[in-house]
Amino acid sequence: MTAVAAVVAVTAAVLGLTLLHESTAPFDRAFARQHGSHLTAQFDATQVTAAQLTATATLPGVIASAGPFPTVTVTPSIIRGEQDPHGPPGRATLSPITVVGRSRPDTTVDDLTLLTGRWVSAPGEIVVATDADLPSEIGTKLTLDDLPGAPVLTVVGTARSVSLTADAWMLPAEVEALSQHVVTSMQMLYRFAHAATSGDMSANRASLAAAVGGDALTGSHSWLDVQQGTDRNTALFIPFLVAFGTLGVIMSVLVVVTVVTGAVGSGRHRIGILKALGFTPGQVVRAYVAQALVPTAIGIAAGLVAGSLLSGPILHSTDQLYGTTTSGVDPKVDALVAVGALAVVALSALAAAWQAGRLRVLDALAGRAPHADRGHRAAWLAGRLPLPRSVSLGLAQPFARPTRSSSMVLAVVFGTAAVTFAIGLGTSLNAVQAAKDHDNADVSVDTFGSLPGPHGIGPDGSPPPSIDAAGITSIVAAIDAQEGTARSFSISSTDATIPALAGTTTVFAFNGDASWSGYAMVSGRWFTSAGEAVVPTTFLHATNTSIGDTISLFFEGRAVPIRIVGEVFDPHEQTMEVLTDASTIATAAPDLLPDHFSIEVRPGTDISAYITRLGAQLQPLGLEAIPTGGNHGGSDTIAALDALTAALTLLLIVVSALGVLSAVVLDTRDRAHDLGIHRSLGMTPRQTRTMVFSSVTIIGLIGGLAGTPLGILVHRIVLPAMGHSAGVGLPRSVLSVYRAPELVALIGEGLLIALLGAALPAAWASRARSVDVLRAE
Amino acid sequence: MDQGEPVLRPMCRCRPDAYLHRVTSSLIDIARVSRTYSDGSVALDDVSLQVVRGESVAIVGPSGSGKSTLLNLIAGLDRPTAGSVTVDGVVVSGLGEKASALYRRRTIGIVFQSFNLLDDLTVIDNVALPARLMGTSRRAAARRANELLGSLGLADRRDAYPGRLSGGERQRVAVARALMNEPALLLADEPTGALDSAARAEVGRLLADLHAAGHTLVIVTHDEEFADRHTQRTIRLADGRVVGATPAGASR
Ligand SMILES: Nc1ncnc2c1ncn2[C@@H]1O[C@H](COP(=O)(O)OP(=O)(O)O)[C@@H](O)[C@H]1O
Ligand SMILES: [Mg+2]
Repeated sequence: MTAVAAVVAVTAAVLGLTLLHESTAPFDRAFARQHGSHLTAQFDATQVTAAQLTATATLPGVIASAGPFPTVTVTPSIIRGEQDPHGPPGRATLSPITVVGRSRPDTTVDDLTLLTGRWVSAPGEIVVATDADLPSEIGTKLTLDDLPGAPVLTVVGTARSVSLTADAWMLPAEVEALSQHVVTSMQMLYRFAHAATSGDMSANRASLAAAVGGDALTGSHSWLDVQQGTDRNTALFIPFLVAFGTLGVIMSVLVVVTVVTGAVGSGRHRIGILKALGFTPGQVVRAYVAQALVPTAIGIAAGLVAGSLLSGPILHSTDQLYGTTTSGVDPKVDALVAVGALAVVALSALAAAWQAGRLRVLDALAGRAPHADRGHRAAWLAGRLPLPRSVSLGLAQPFARPTRSSSMVLAVVFGTAAVTFAIGLGTSLNAVQAAKDHDNADVSVDTFGSLPGPHGIGPDGSPPPSIDAAGITSIVAAIDAQEGTARSFSISSTDATIPALAGTTTVFAFNGDASWSGYAMVSGRWFTSAGEAVVPTTFLHATNTSIGDTISLFFEGRAVPIRIVGEVFDPHEQTMEVLTDASTIATAAPDLLPDHFSIEVRPGTDISAYITRLGAQLQPLGLEAIPTGGNHGGSDTIAALDALTAALTLLLIVVSALGVLSAVVLDTRDRAHDLGIHRSLGMTPRQTRTMVFSSVTIIGLIGGLAGTPLGILVHRIVLPAMGHSAGVGLPRSVLSVYRAPELVALIGEGLLIALLGAALPAAWASRARSVDVLRAE
Repeated sequence: MDQGEPVLRPMCRCRPDAYLHRVTSSLIDIARVSRTYSDGSVALDDVSLQVVRGESVAIVGPSGSGKSTLLNLIAGLDRPTAGSVTVDGVVVSGLGEKASALYRRRTIGIVFQSFNLLDDLTVIDNVALPARLMGTSRRAAARRANELLGSLGLADRRDAYPGRLSGGERQRVAVARALMNEPALLLADEPTGALDSAARAEVGRLLADLHAAGHTLVIVTHDEEFADRHTQRTIRLADGRVVGATPAGASR
């Protein structure tokens, strides 16, 4: 039993600590492992030769370099129906990508991690970066329409560059071929002796630019920027993984302590015999500690193996979340867990054996616990309950061994807390996705960049549709006249500037009420009149404003004051945005045409029929009506997080059920003699099972009652921390996710865990033959 | 125990057939029973015997001769490797776990050498337990348990815990518990093995009184004197075989 508990506990501890370890500076560690590129530099190949670039490797301060690699920018397209059977068919043109020619992934700088498939080895093959916006399925065909002969490339693998040096890689000769054999751009990757600050990096870049002369250095990016960008993304997940990791470690310690103290405690009778034979308390303690350590050592070894096996898929998910790569469980984690487990075992065995060693010999021989009377009262009371005797016998059992029962309660508390937290987190993440999508509308019409491709190029190469003001009027008329239209609004967008703030701010101007369309408010309210606006958290931070403030937007010199009435949840790449009514900026930015219409249909309307009818009317304009919500992008992260949550929750449930199991096994073993008596008095197998199950119900209920609030508390702490790390406030729909029926079910979860843990011992107890147990006395 | 009082009221008040059917047929029929343990040791070897209703039988023999094994087979706590055990018309050796539990509960009461009382239940809760397992209401079970404890001279110990009782008292509680469900058959395995001579005599008298009140008794003991004094008939075992017996029905 000690060995089994050690396996489980060590597995959980390895996973927990690995999660904690992965969550400390994930970027920095992955960057170090890949010998990441401090500076990724692009050179104009017409101004500098390959030999000159190779020579830059010896510049002062450069400690390693890779390259030169020929580089080309291409615009691939894919056949859409192939990748996404639900999406509209036709050719989809993707964003332009940078392809770097590298004959091998493991260069001295930027040692790529191949995640799927293999490296390129033949013409027409391409390896795509996992972080690029490209289809990553092996075998996907990418067509380069903009090149003569429209070459077709086949994806043969995916790789991750922590330094983000390229979107895809091909053989160098292939890149040259794609460049019509006139390579215009070359990539060099450098590591520098001093690269810690942006000052260091500017100096490095300057000396490099000077070395190649002229304008040959056409572009570069610093690892510090990559680090910042990655950290912003991963910060979101760190509190979440830390929470799970911590729960895992606590549970594993708990399981070990329960089992070891229990195992030593049930050796009381033997201890009595030893002492009667003349063992000193010290000898008893030593004997028992040694006895506990042997099976633990075996369990630890097995647990380390199990932990590294199980951590494979989990690390895969954390890599996906963190955009990093790992080589598996860190040996330091294994060592720490092994030493920690031995220490916990030794300490708890010591404590328990010390207590047992001080027992009076007669008490120990009689198998009497120091406070045997404690259980009597509970047994007496339970016997008076109007319940079947097998139930009341079981109910009283936990009170006979309060220490063991409390550790069982703790195991259930943590299990229930984990489930509660995980379910809350899952609900929150889906709420985040829903709030991000804000697509309560049923039907939408895009007038720009819509079908058939993002760049508006038709399957037959026809020019993008151009919709003028008259076109917009006819769209509005068509929507309004359409039978089944409940309400609709349109959005136009334009850029504005804010003094003293770099970059532009995107202003989304709404025609019509859009408050129903699913935008979630972190605080404040949706705008209701001209001059009012809502902004995301990032805008408030960047402009140092808060709700109620007024700030001026400038449209080509014309200032428009807006009053911020709400903080909207709208996290995406473009962090500076303002959502307001179209009338707010009507005079400052005239001639704005909507590029998007959202429509809600009346209840009971057949949406596909509605789309067909409206689509027919929009056909002359080259537009289509499409159902909303069909093309969720960017939920890969949510999917990874969901999968990880499910896996970790399952693991914690198993660990907590095993915690209960080990305690009930010990208890059943201690009660073997009583069980035999019961059986000899005619207790049926079913009554025996009932008794064992009853003995954990109170524990399950208390554990559920305590664990559920604990899980809610963890959720209350972790979710805002996740939002804070990501720089966004979270709306109520994301934060308050627990509803009454769910809570009742969650409390029941504790009971379920307890019963699950008791199932095996119950079956064992009901099958044990009373001759054997009575003989075993 | 107060010697002047009748130890037990006749069981016929609750179970008239205990008298009506006595001696008309054998209550226990053990036919060519063997029990070999998984380690190869032969505890019983082709044993056959009968016990009729109302009899009081002692099974004697040296330690290791198979007495406890035989008793466990009669109690349905164990199964023979060959042969059959029939009690009160029920083939005990063919019962499943549940059926044998129900059989024990209804048909037999067992008393062990080491008392086997539950330490965390009071005397009265121990005695009432077999009835409570049958689903008897707490009140009815308590009434019967009180009756039994009273007749066994333990009325003032009803709320004590077994740990506080003397050996003789514990064994009397065990007997009371064995009688709780008015069993057709009372089995005892070395009931006096853990007792001093005064307590031994006390329990011996109690068993004799039970016999007088109409109970069928099978008592395992290695104390031949005790067997001679307190039972009607002796069956002698040695090395798992019946090596001798006083004739059935012979009264001493
Ligand atoms: N569970 C068991 N496993 C193996 N051998 C057993 C077991 N129970 C009893 N025996 C053996 O069977 C023989 C008879 O035992 P038992 O019936 O207990 O004898 P008695 O009660 O007359 O002293 C002995 O040799 C004993 O060692
Ligand atoms: Mg014996």
